Amino acid sequence: MDLNDAAVDLAGLDELLNDDERDVQRAVRTMAQSRIAPYVADWFERGTVDDPRGLVRELGELGVLGMHLTGYGCAGLSATEYGLTCLELEAVDSGIRSLVSVQGSLAMYALWRFGSEEVKTQWLPAMAAGDAVGCFGLTEPDHGSDPSGMTTRARRDGSDWVINGGKMWITNGSIADVAVIWAQTDEGIRGFAVPTSTPGFSAVEIRHKLSLRASITSELTMDEVRVPEECVFPEVRGLGGPLTCLAEARFGVVWGAMGAARTCLSTALRYAVERSQFGRPVAGFQLTQQKLADMELEYVKGMLLAMHLARRKDAGTLRSAQVSLGKLNNVREALEICRTARTILGANGISLEYPVIRHMNNLESVLTYEGTVEMHTLVIGKALTGIDAFR
Amino acid sequence: MNIVVCVKYVPDAQADRTFSPDDNTTDRENVDGLLSELDEYPVEEALKLADATDGKVIVLTVGPEDATDAARKALQMGAHEAVHVQDDAIHGSDALATSKVLAAAIAKLEYDLILTGMASTDGSMGVVPAMLAERLGLPQITLASELTIEGGKAVIRRDNDASTEIIEASLPAVVSVTDQINEPRYPSFKGIMAAKKKPLQTWSLEDLGLTADEVGSAAAWTTVTSVAERPARTAGQVVTDEGDGGAKLVEFLAGAKLV
Ligand SMILES: Cc1cc2nc3c(=O)[nH]c(=O)nc-3n(C[C@H](O)[C@H](O)[C@H](O)COP(=O)(O)OP(=O)(O)OC[C@H]3O[C@@H](n4cnc5c(N)ncnc54)[C@H](O)[C@@H]3O)c2cc1C
Ligand SMILES: Cc1cc2nc3c(=O)[nH]c(=O)nc-3n(C[C@H](O)[C@H](O)[C@H](O)COP(=O)(O)OP(=O)(O)OC[C@H]3O[C@@H](n4cnc5c(N)ncnc54)[C@H](O)[C@@H]3O)c2cc1C
Repeated sequence: MDLNDAAVDLAGLDELLNDDERDVQRAVRTMAQSRIAPYVADWFERGTVDDPRGLVRELGELGVLGMHLTGYGCAGLSATEYGLTCLELEAVDSGIRSLVSVQGSLAMYALWRFGSEEVKTQWLPAMAAGDAVGCFGLTEPDHGSDPSGMTTRARRDGSDWVINGGKMWITNGSIADVAVIWAQTDEGIRGFAVPTSTPGFSAVEIRHKLSLRASITSELTMDEVRVPEECVFPEVRGLGGPLTCLAEARFGVVWGAMGAARTCLSTALRYAVERSQFGRPVAGFQLTQQKLADMELEYVKGMLLAMHLARRKDAGTLRSAQVSLGKLNNVREALEICRTARTILGANGISLEYPVIRHMNNLESVLTYEGTVEMHTLVIGKALTGIDAFR
Repeated sequence: MNIVVCVKYVPDAQADRTFSPDDNTTDRENVDGLLSELDEYPVEEALKLADATDGKVIVLTVGPEDATDAARKALQMGAHEAVHVQDDAIHGSDALATSKVLAAAIAKLEYDLILTGMASTDGSMGVVPAMLAERLGLPQITLASELTIEGGKAVIRRDNDASTEIIEASLPAVVSVTDQINEPRYPSFKGIMAAKKKPLQTWSLEDLGLTADEVGSAAAWTTVTSVAERPARTAGQVVTDEGDGGAKLVEFLAGAKLV
């Protein structure tokens, strides 16, 4: 298997990987190409995922769920290997990578990092195996980029906590067994592991999306949801908790976006060579070559940045402003690559018969979640200038 | 039950196939290679049998240095041990010599059953299993689309165009399996990590008691004298039906000696 698509790997990126990393990448690629790729365009078209729990279980068997965590049935692999996994999953569809990001880097990571021992042993092994699904509820209808003003509240009642409020745009929400919920308390923002079977908890799937259609997105409502003390994350207070989780997931997005870009770039390249107009392949026109060369350049740069960030993460030196550099650049450039690919495919570019417009539309969500372009621009601006321009 | 599975390392079929200009052998050095896809089926079948009988699966590959990749893939799928026979002298071996090396290696192993694929995806002669059985003096049953082990016997089903045959042989036996027999698993991360700790031995010809002059191109009974790329496909011929379309089609087919 030609792991990094020799046709688009002009720079020889494949050389940057060791054998273990290649094995992991190959395993994910094999699974994703054989078990997901043949069906995903149809799921996208119908705005659903057939048997999402079966899919989660297969991903669990492969080992991707919480793969970069240790203990509790998690694989304990490196950040680079996790990145390559996101790359291969998102090369198939951003919705599948989203499912895995939310399960592993948001829900599992939050429980693993902040949860009580009871919560960890109750959920993590089942989530790693794919027998349980998690979601992560931070965003609210009126609080997105600035979650500090969230209105979901949790109050103590004896040894229990009682939660009221609503969360919006929650990936995996309707299929989740456990929801990580962030809520205001008298002690500041705290996190809770809420079993979705708790009375008063409900999830409704959000319809009418034209992006990430092969991913389940839901609105959560909590009406006097009562959970015992062990469900609250004992140590963490304030927004630092959820933001740490987001930085984890964002790292996967840095890689994943390049997967979508790779698929669109190689699709456009093949198409341009095969499609003839005016008596020659459209790849033979300088205007097309300019597009392909620019796409290739941004793909290679994005991959190098992703690789660099992964090596830093493995070394324990990765800072969150650095992840912002990756998220901002790679999603923005991946989207541009997909849009350009779309033009190269002409009318076929708008058809679901080809993966291009699906990836392009998906990336519109990826551009917004995990911190919008504007937010990461301000993070980078602040890191450079020391001046906070958020408010 | 100990099962030996013969697996071949072949050039990736997705990449362009090239031949070395010196001796017309497949270029295995400059192309990415992998475990022959058709050999994933005997590996899967062996793993299922071993699971059911608490047995052991040993994979055996004969090939260049990189052929370790094929062995490693089988270990990642779940095989317990691997043997890689590697010796520069083996380069250029024909099917006869390959089967000789495989037989010599198998003779050093403990086994109850030997599984192979139905054909490799590069040479694709499909003769190695038969040659191997002959050399080992074992019964061979080929092209199994179902395999069960019952009371010291291997029982297979072979599907032909017109009939289905049930065939049995006493163990040990050589059984080749088709791509209809199962759905091979893909390695999981657990499998990948476990494989790193599994024994993978490399044997030379000397280890097998063979000498260089028994194998390789010099000892080959057959030689590939030339290879040429298939010419690029030319544009088709469009037949416009002006009432005589049928006749024109027949004319074309007859011209190409197809009817
Ligand atoms: C498909 C999908 C899945 C999602 N999954 C999850 C999930 O699982 N869990 C979860 O908690 N959330 C999830 N989200 C929500 C996502 O994180 C938010 O949409 C995102 O944080 C932006 O919030 P908002 O939509 O409320 O936009 P707003 O915050 O209202 O922003 C609107 C616009 O204003 C800009 N803006 C805001 N503030 C400033 C400023 N100070 N300066 C300049 N510009 C500014 C923004 O960049 C944006 O362009 C998901 C979203 C989508 C689309
Ligand atoms: C294009 C081409 C043409 C050739 N033509 C001839 C020819 O006409 N005559 C000739 O004698 N040789 C020929 N060879 C060489 C021959 O194919 C190889 O030497 C090979 O070792 C044996 O044959 P096979 O690959 O066809 O195996 P097959 O008989 O197709 O393989 C069947 C099974 O045997 C096992 N097996 C085969 N090879 C190995 C191995 N190296 N290690 C472990 N298990 C193995 C596998 O389980 C495989 O599924 C040719 C090779 C090529 C590439």
